[in-house]
Amino acid sequence: MAGRRTLFAGPVLLTVTFGVFAVAAMSPFDPVKAYAGTAGLTASQAELDQLRANLDVDQPLVARWWEWLTSALTGDLGTSSVMRQPVGDVLAERVGWSALLALCAFALAVLAGTALGVLAARRQGGPLDRAVSALAYTLEAAPVFWLGLLAIWFFSIRLGVLPSGGLTDASDDVVSPGQVASHLVLPALVLGISQLPWFFLYVRQGVADALDEDPVRGARARGVAERRILIGHALRSGMLPMLTLIGSRVPELITGALLVETVFSWPGVAAATVQAATSVDFPLLAALTVSATAAVLAGNLLSDLLYGLADPRVGFDG
Amino acid sequence: MTARSVRAVAATMLAATLLTGTAACSAPSSGGDPGRAADTAVVGIATEPESLSPLLGYGKDGNSKIFDGLLTHDANMRLRPALAEALPEVSADGRTYTYRLRQGVKFSDGHPFGAKDVVFTYRTILDAKTNNASKTELDAIQGVQARGDDTVVFTLKYPYAPFAERTVLPIAPEHIAGRQDVNSGDFTTRPVGTGPYVLTGWSKGEKIGFKANPTYWGGEPAVKKFTMVVIKDDDVRATRLRSGELDGAILPPALAKALGGKGGAKGTARTLHAAKTFDYRNVTLPTAHAVTGDTAVRRALDLAVDRTTMVDKLLEGAGKPAYGPVPTDSPWFTAGTERAYDLDQAKRILDGAGWKTADDGIRTKDGIRASFPLWYTSGDKIRQDHALAFASDARKAGIEVKTEAGTWEVIEPRMKTDAVLAGGGSPADPDFDQYLLLHSTLAGDGFNNMARYDNKTVDQALLDGRESGDPAARKAAYDTVQRELLANPGYVFLTHIDHLYVVDDKWEGLTTQVEPHDHGLGAGPWWNIENWKPKRK
Repeated sequence: MAGRRTLFAGPVLLTVTFGVFAVAAMSPFDPVKAYAGTAGLTASQAELDQLRANLDVDQPLVARWWEWLTSALTGDLGTSSVMRQPVGDVLAERVGWSALLALCAFALAVLAGTALGVLAARRQGGPLDRAVSALAYTLEAAPVFWLGLLAIWFFSIRLGVLPSGGLTDASDDVVSPGQVASHLVLPALVLGISQLPWFFLYVRQGVADALDEDPVRGARARGVAERRILIGHALRSGMLPMLTLIGSRVPELITGALLVETVFSWPGVAAATVQAATSVDFPLLAALTVSATAAVLAGNLLSDLLYGLADPRVGFDG
Repeated sequence: MTARSVRAVAATMLAATLLTGTAACSAPSSGGDPGRAADTAVVGIATEPESLSPLLGYGKDGNSKIFDGLLTHDANMRLRPALAEALPEVSADGRTYTYRLRQGVKFSDGHPFGAKDVVFTYRTILDAKTNNASKTELDAIQGVQARGDDTVVFTLKYPYAPFAERTVLPIAPEHIAGRQDVNSGDFTTRPVGTGPYVLTGWSKGEKIGFKANPTYWGGEPAVKKFTMVVIKDDDVRATRLRSGELDGAILPPALAKALGGKGGAKGTARTLHAAKTFDYRNVTLPTAHAVTGDTAVRRALDLAVDRTTMVDKLLEGAGKPAYGPVPTDSPWFTAGTERAYDLDQAKRILDGAGWKTADDGIRTKDGIRASFPLWYTSGDKIRQDHALAFASDARKAGIEVKTEAGTWEVIEPRMKTDAVLAGGGSPADPDFDQYLLLHSTLAGDGFNNMARYDNKTVDQALLDGRESGDPAARKAAYDTVQRELLANPGYVFLTHIDHLYVVDDKWEGLTTQVEPHDHGLGAGPWWNIENWKPKRK
């Protein structure tokens, strides 16, 4: 299955990059104005025309896309006009930090969501279930941006225990693991918590349903230990819908990361994506979109593989 | 194991995991830094430059920290020598500027600075292949030559009195910047200059770090470490200032008033600094529109706006009424061109010109309704407030202004006939701003002269002001421009806006310069951070 999916990914990525070029070309944004910024407000028309020629943005859509594609395949991702540096450098500087943030947040959401879901399902209607479910519904509706500000207010201002933004302390130039770890806590916590309700609600429902099934009743009747029932059986079948969720949450995670990176001044790819889009920075935008699409495809593949592992009835080539 | 014990174990494990997790994470934390030494400064800014290369426009108005220009400004915006030994010698015809260079200056990599670096910098910026969007500002230059290693001579296409103001732009080292792609090379993110500070790191979207240059020709700065943290959102910036992570920040009026002068998180006092500016907000009155093109309507609108109330209500007092591009406290301002809010006079002018009030309270003349659209950039709160206030004031005089929000992409094609809530302002010289804003040859050229103002007297005065080397003649020329704007306004100027900064009370002698419309990295009380001294306790 993995092989087939990988073959399939090629055309998808091609289509997506072409789509990005097409949409960007149709957008009302002018790459020359975006490049010039405020200086463009006082630049003469002749100067703007020269800039347009230098930036090479007047070619037809297909030609630009083909040029980008052929040079990308040889490893040259082009130059980002908005960052004034090669696209490869932009990605190298930022992707790692975004991945670190997303992985920590994802791990937090999956682990805590599962644990809480199982506990809640074990005693449906109990105080823990009611409290966490209510909280989960609230969090589902809460904007990530607002959660971020709330977290800064509480942990950084009221308690003064965690830094409120950046990758390291503002006055620190060296990126040390300790510094990054402490600065990662709040953004990862906020992003993780914003994703947690989905996992919690799915696991809770799945496990609760499984606990109601005949095999569980039978096992209980035979006196099988409660822990084995819960972990060996109910969790296993209750996890199935959640595994699908893992893949489908990747796009959410990417958009959520955008807001979180903004609130916490986290130097990831998210801010670069927005800048690239509003500045019609084709090379950077295409590279970022390819990365995001690849992440989504990989997420889906992963969840399908996990699903197959968890449920033997599902064939890998079904 | 019973159900209860399973639950207890699970709960304990979860709690333990969460606790150790939190403890492990918070152990190395240092949210806010109570003991930060006074030789370290951290400030919050709202926007960062795309590039740190002067060849692409960084620091063109001076104060670039990493670099020096031939000249620089003092606190009163007077020109002072920097990399030049003295102010330039100007030839009698105003077309040759000769700069003698300071000797013994070195770039921070140890390489000596010389005339070839100056020539390289200007020639590269003027090169058509260089993507520098501000090169129009150097339009007057015909050529730049080195004479020996210590003299640089600029020749101009036309006499240009304010040219020396342009030579505050930073000088790049030829031995580094000359060996790479000027538009995307390393130099755009890792620059080397002669300035008081050396770049230690630039994490785009997060912060820019500097350390004092120990071999700076002007003496090593007392503030050894200086960091600019990039925080777009006003509330987040205010929050991080409050938490003690920042020593200072730029803030909008409401937040600045709430934080300035109050005790900080660590018991430090904070001071509110209000920088006077040339930053105006105005309404363009397109000449091509049947309503806004009528001089009577223009004059009436100019009198019908209540500028004082705008300053009090929209800017919370942090600004002043504007009657033209020049603020009232500038030496270039023409006394007597202030106009008081006079709704009755506005109505009389409209009545006299034949604009009759119809049943719905809006005036008409020859079947034309006194109504026009006014665009403002969406998301800009200050412009929106100004647009709404302008519309409400105009309504009282019987003129309907329909406000609409849009991005520049939407607004630009409509600028010929629709009014726009615009902004601008450049303090260094009246020519920089007014020539672009008012000269008829620039009507509709990009964003220049958006209203397509066309006034022969003003055109001539702008030319006189630009070319004359005599300060008295220049003052007279710009007086003429301001008086003409009173008789036939092409724009209704509303306010000049103060830029507000809140800074911890740890240093001595903080000042602000008069600031332009857009505030680059060099604006704010840290414009001369190299001269700050820690306060003695």
